[in-house]
Amino acid sequence: MSDLKSAQAEPLFNSNKKMTYLVLGFFAFLILLPALGPTKFFLHLMIMIFMHAVISQSWNIIGGFSGQISLGHGAFFGIGAYATSFFYVEYGLTPWAGIVIGIIVCAIVAILIGIPMLRLSGHYFAIATLLVGISFQIIFQRWDFVGAASGLWVPLTSEDSLYAIQFHSSKVPYYYLFLIFFTIIFFITWVISRSKLGYRLRAVRDDAQAAQSLGIDVAKHKIIAFAISAMMMSPMGSLFAQYILIVDPDRMFNFEISIIALLITVLGGIGYVWGPLVGTLILIPLAEYARIFFGGTGGAVDLMVYGVVLMIICIFKPSGIISFLPNHILHREKMR
Amino acid sequence: MGLIYALIASGLSLIFGLMEIVNFAHGEHLMLAMFTSFWLWALLGLDPIVSIPITILVLAFCGIITHYFLIRYILKAKMLVQICATFGLAIFIRSLAQYLWTPDFRNVSKPMLEGRIEIAGIFIGQPQFAAAIVCLFAFIGLYLFVTKTETGLALQATSQDRQAAEILGVPSNKMFALGWGLGLGCVAIAGSMMSSYFYIFPDVGINFSLFAFVAVALGGFGSILGCLYAGIIIGLVESLGGLLIDPSFKLLYVFAIYLLVVVFKPQGIFGRY
Amino acid sequence: MTILKVENLSKSFGGIHANQDISFEVQSGEILGVIGPNGAGKSTLFDLITGFTKPDKGSVIFEEKNIFGLRPDKISNLGVGRTFQKLKPFADQTLLENVMIGAFSKESNQKVARDKALEIIEFVQLLEKRHHYAKELSTGQRKRLELARALATDPKLLLMDEVTGGVDQKTIPGLVELVKKLRGRGVTVITIEHNINIIMDISDHVLALDQGKKIAFGIPKEIQNNQKVIDAYLGTIDAA
Repeated sequence: MSDLKSAQAEPLFNSNKKMTYLVLGFFAFLILLPALGPTKFFLHLMIMIFMHAVISQSWNIIGGFSGQISLGHGAFFGIGAYATSFFYVEYGLTPWAGIVIGIIVCAIVAILIGIPMLRLSGHYFAIATLLVGISFQIIFQRWDFVGAASGLWVPLTSEDSLYAIQFHSSKVPYYYLFLIFFTIIFFITWVISRSKLGYRLRAVRDDAQAAQSLGIDVAKHKIIAFAISAMMMSPMGSLFAQYILIVDPDRMFNFEISIIALLITVLGGIGYVWGPLVGTLILIPLAEYARIFFGGTGGAVDLMVYGVVLMIICIFKPSGIISFLPNHILHREKMR
Repeated sequence: MGLIYALIASGLSLIFGLMEIVNFAHGEHLMLAMFTSFWLWALLGLDPIVSIPITILVLAFCGIITHYFLIRYILKAKMLVQICATFGLAIFIRSLAQYLWTPDFRNVSKPMLEGRIEIAGIFIGQPQFAAAIVCLFAFIGLYLFVTKTETGLALQATSQDRQAAEILGVPSNKMFALGWGLGLGCVAIAGSMMSSYFYIFPDVGINFSLFAFVAVALGGFGSILGCLYAGIIIGLVESLGGLLIDPSFKLLYVFAIYLLVVVFKPQGIFGRY
Repeated sequence: MTILKVENLSKSFGGIHANQDISFEVQSGEILGVIGPNGAGKSTLFDLITGFTKPDKGSVIFEEKNIFGLRPDKISNLGVGRTFQKLKPFADQTLLENVMIGAFSKESNQKVARDKALEIIEFVQLLEKRHHYAKELSTGQRKRLELARALATDPKLLLMDEVTGGVDQKTIPGLVELVKKLRGRGVTVITIEHNINIIMDISDHVLALDQGKKIAFGIPKEIQNNQKVIDAYLGTIDAA
């Protein structure tokens, strides 16, 4: 039917003009959004969406692309947050540098803990990450060097300051900051997904032994994925610290962060580039509105809902909401 | 304490060995058990020890519901899905408890067993001591059941090779339910005993979950005897660590042990996996 | 030229001697068949050679290099490929993607890897199915997928574990033809096979194992008439 020559002549990727324009249009819209005069709340919502999308995407790299379930990813978020704040508070170093420091530290930490832990099989690894996540919280709660339980007090600048990444007059600068990182990280993810690395990670995920028989160094790839994932998580912590300007272990090493990253990705579509965004768009607006309506008890209720949603997804549609899309669109988008 | 961990851990190990599902919600079930004891005490004036059978029933009931609504579906799913599902269950139960009963700490103020007794020069609280003894017995009971009785052997058979067992006439669904029920039963006993002296609050399950996981990993998934040794070891490490170094870092020591064991001897001391 | 030399290879699991003192040589470009009743240690032998299990003692020399105790991926990169008895396709990925992953072991450029994968897929005659997900393929097709995937790594030596196992009768001749054609690609093949007729048909030499020990090594005709081999199989060998 088909022959070799024509098969080889096919383009490498099914790129669809429509899809490309859609995506570009989407980003153009995002860039222009503030000009439409949105409310503060709406900006806040968008910022939360960007942040959670990136957090989940970071989890997706290790959980979805590589198949290792991490339950303690919040640790990297916290490291990023403390990296910027600490150096600013103690040494007056601009948080921009802090972001970079955070990324490097997270990469190192990821590699260090990854080397022993990634040798473990799924369940053991998950438990280990759980322990890591909680350990970090405990450590930072008692480490006086970084303010222990009360955390770091970030001095507020009197005016908007690009140097200190603090903006008090409006949320718009924060919006663009988060948008930039969101774009960059999703782009990186997209590139990875279509690259040789992406293929090999998926091989490791699907069948590690077969991957080994094909010359793939499984341990090394897992660690790479873990490190990349950590490096993506870190800037979000950093930016969040700059956004709320209160940095303490309960907020920054919060277990909820780890849960949400996982939940959103599983909900949206694990292993897919756009999965985390889909999940975020569904979950975060709901969460934010719930917080308004349920007020004080909101804390427990939204966790309850998370738990239920997680269970329901696992039972009925483990590959996530995005897999409701017809297969040909999926294949294109996923480009596994 | 070690014995309590052992009991909880064996429940976990049982479930895993049987169905290859790691029950991330195990600790939460413990919390439920403790709350059950508490409410039975608060509302009906029943001392926790007396109410053990009721607690067991309550938990068994919960277990059946869980099994029916959740576990059945995820038995065949990928590991990732199973982890997420039981994890979701854990979160749900924990936050439900928080919602219904507020995050406050509760405790049973005048339990049947109070005060301290002296054994070989060491003072131990009576409730703790009783708890340890009861758990030990429960553990022995469980061990005997699994290894000596026919049902217990059937359970083991199913966990080792489900299809083979089915061919020989062992109904796996019932076995799973039984395993699940037993696992939760362990937790019920442990929880009831502990409610005599431990503080009860929604998040209490987390630490125990973690310790249970570590115990199972140490002792080896699938080995009940291993859980016993592991539980005791963990209990010792926790107490000693707290004594010698810094109490607030207790969790970290246990974690360190976990890492060491799991890296160097992945099957645990007695394990099969 | 001797491409593979195995000497005194041994492995015990607990009290079970899965492989005991196995020694043999494989010549470049030939097809070596490995036979033996179930439990004879054939798959274990493969695991030992490809690094999935570490041997207790002995030596494995591939193209003058000692590959004893190396990791499987390193051994694969040196030019030893394998397929598995229990098929291990990447189920949620397409045939093309599966084979491309194999190709990536030697190529970095995606287009080159993709084209190479396509060429191999055509060799195993599955070109129309290249965009089908691996889990949609039949057993015979999956066997070809594994073969293609392993071939994409440009192996000089290919270890095939049970090519015709579980495949229906009419698909078998096609698979056998494929194996024969491998020689034309410059690949040396060691294949485990239960079907004695096939082994006798395609092999240049045959290695017979029983209960972990080597009981015979020689050309097919000799093996057929070897009393020990006949005993091991209790008379299931047909005179060709």
